[in-house]
Amino acid sequence: MINQIVEYLRNADPLIQMSAVAAVLTLLGIIFALTYFKKWGWLWREWITTVDHKKIGIMYLICALLMLFRGGVDALLMRTQLAFPNMNFLDSQHYNEIFSTHGTIMILFVAMPLIFAMMNIAVPLQIGARDVAFPFLNAVSFWLFFFGALLFNLSFILGGSPDAGWVSYPPLAELSHSPGPGINYYVLSLQISGIGSIATGINFIVTILKMRAPGMTLMKMPLFCWSVLASCIVIIFAFPALTVALALLGMDRIFGTHFFTMLHGGNPMMYVNLFWVWGHPEVYIAILPVYGILSEVVSTFSRKRIFGYKSMVASLMLISVISYFVWVHHFFTMGAGPGVNSFFAVASMAVGIPTGVKVFNWLFTMFRGRIRLTLPMLWSLTFIPCFAVGGATGIMLASAPADYQFHNSYFVIAHFHQTLIGGAVFGLLAGMYYWWPKMFGFKLNETLGKWAFWFFNIGFYVCFMPQYALGFMGMTRRVYTYPAETGWGTLNFVSTIGAYLMGIGFLFIVVQILYSIRYGERDTTGDPWDGRTLEWSLPSPVPHYNFAQIPTVNERDAWWEMKQQRKEGILPPTKEPLKPIHMPNNSSLPFFMGLAFFVAGFGLVFNQFIIATVGLIGVVVCMLWRSLEKDTGHWISVDEIKQMEAS
Amino acid sequence: MMNKEHLSKKTFPWAHVIGYVGSIVLTVLALWFTVKAPLSQGSIITILLALAILQILIQLIFFMHITESRGPAYHSIAIALGFLFTFAVVAGSLWVMTFNSQVQ
Ligand code: HEM
Ligand SMILES: [Cu+2]
Repeated sequence: MINQIVEYLRNADPLIQMSAVAAVLTLLGIIFALTYFKKWGWLWREWITTVDHKKIGIMYLICALLMLFRGGVDALLMRTQLAFPNMNFLDSQHYNEIFSTHGTIMILFVAMPLIFAMMNIAVPLQIGARDVAFPFLNAVSFWLFFFGALLFNLSFILGGSPDAGWVSYPPLAELSHSPGPGINYYVLSLQISGIGSIATGINFIVTILKMRAPGMTLMKMPLFCWSVLASCIVIIFAFPALTVALALLGMDRIFGTHFFTMLHGGNPMMYVNLFWVWGHPEVYIAILPVYGILSEVVSTFSRKRIFGYKSMVASLMLISVISYFVWVHHFFTMGAGPGVNSFFAVASMAVGIPTGVKVFNWLFTMFRGRIRLTLPMLWSLTFIPCFAVGGATGIMLASAPADYQFHNSYFVIAHFHQTLIGGAVFGLLAGMYYWWPKMFGFKLNETLGKWAFWFFNIGFYVCFMPQYALGFMGMTRRVYTYPAETGWGTLNFVSTIGAYLMGIGFLFIVVQILYSIRYGERDTTGDPWDGRTLEWSLPSPVPHYNFAQIPTVNERDAWWEMKQQRKEGILPPTKEPLKPIHMPNNSSLPFFMGLAFFVAGFGLVFNQFIIATVGLIGVVVCMLWRSLEKDTGHWISVDEIKQMEAS
Repeated sequence: MMNKEHLSKKTFPWAHVIGYVGSIVLTVLALWFTVKAPLSQGSIITILLALAILQILIQLIFFMHITESRGPAYHSIAIALGFLFTFAVVAGSLWVMTFNSQVQ
């Protein structure tokens, strides 16, 4: 294994060698800084062993932003390579590795942790709960995600990245075509983080169904919680399909089975089928919580109740069910009959109806509202047209005969970036800006944020609009270079400029965060946006037990109602005296469990079964330890609560 | 958060053990029938289906506590959805993959 890695690094592209050096230096830098500032103990006690959903949410957010940076650098490398015809900045192998890791990272290690961040930060607060249903499991989920992402990110310096696309179809992903460790990294890291995702799905379904504050019936629940519920339902039913697909592919590669190799009766098409049974619902997993965020933001900043609450709920639920019946639209050209293709084409288009309902509801909510153009609102506003165009091109793709033209062309790239960036990422940024003061106790600087906003938005259109045209001109995806005669040069160049503009936009976000940590407007009220839901009734940042007293809810937009009543002079019923609060203990087991999975995964990547076994034993030991542990949590005394509430 | 009832119930989790052993036995049986049993393909598939249904029941009864309930019957909806999606995936995949019989 060591030889393999050394050999790989010696022959690797200079860019990879440089990033390997950079990675080692960064690591040393972090270790040095932590030691110098004596922060190890703090890091361990406050963050690594935490089971507090708010801190877990923040850790998801940080990881997601770091991964967005990595994925973004990948994107810029690709766009640089494609800027001119006949470029030789990247060779074909390196290009393959970059687009494969870019896609995988953006979907699994950016979009997923971003939605998990939002869920963790907002859901328990919105439903008036002290925590999620299973705080320990929540920490396990995070560390599985973390170590999955770490394993994936090691690939480019230790042995080679996956190079068969983010879908990793066999036969390309089989040993016969990709003999190195790359695809093993893909299989194992997705498998590990996937376990965490399923656990999060279960955790939040139970939290939402079982832990709402008294009086909060389902129909009084904030829409964001509904959207998380919808998304989690999709998670728990879709991820098992990925687990199966990856397990079979992994067995083909590591143990020499033949599930997807043509030899001995395997069938690669079955992988494609299973992959998209998960893959399509996956994009809804990412977009559904965004619908919830949009609803919260639009109603808060229009100072109006959301229009058509019930239809919003119905459409969320409908989308989560329909999303299971559309997966074939990703391989209309595989050879299935017209019956199959028509069914899945119609089902795909059907998703457009509930989505349209939501868009109109947002528009009606804004209509005659007193709109405030804050950063969360700006990102929400730009989401709407962008997502509408993405949806429209999606319907074009969903038309099976037309898809024979569009399939694997740049049109597809433009479409899914429009929905994933213009949809998921814009919406999640809106959510980040919206809940930022709640998380950290200060607002992000609006001016820098507007610069980021405009660079990102203009860059987005400059980058992806030409790609629709390139698709029509015959440019296919996953090409690493093209001759000048194709005439694709100009549009590609424009597109690359757009990508760099977005890169600048991202830098503005970084600067904005750094600047605001020092100079950002402090949020002393806990309710900087004049919010409507319960999280805004708490101080920012929220004490770790969330609510000193669990509120009683009578209305939708509970906090808004409370504020209105107070204005009318109706005082809230006198509160009962404070009682001690029971909270779960911190634990280092989730971290070690993730670490054990990581060791097992790393061993399997290189077919080192001894290392793998050590890791797996570690996993079992952690589970046994947890089962036998007598951990009943701890109590926070009334005095402590009073102290916290007063400060 | 743990509630008190949960803590006070300290009996040995027999249901989990039975369920665990049961599901392993069923899995091994399924493997044995596919790999070793001298039967026609049709009968193997029937047996596998029967084993799969038993497996689902074991999971629901011994692990997912389908027989216990308190509060609203959310779990019935969840199970109904589960069956719907399982059906969609299994029947859908069979349907989608039928073209293979013509291609190969
Ligand atoms: C800075 C913005 C971004 C740029 C400039 C960019 C650019 C690209 C490029 C050039 C490709 C390769 C196309 C090909 O040659 O086939 C690609 C693929 C892809 N991108 Fe992005 N991207 C960006 C952000 C994102 C985001 C935010 C997501 C998801 C949340 C995403 C998901 C994907 C996926 C899934 C693929 C497909 C990979 C594959 O073909 O296997 N991208 N992107
Ligand atoms: Cu799809």
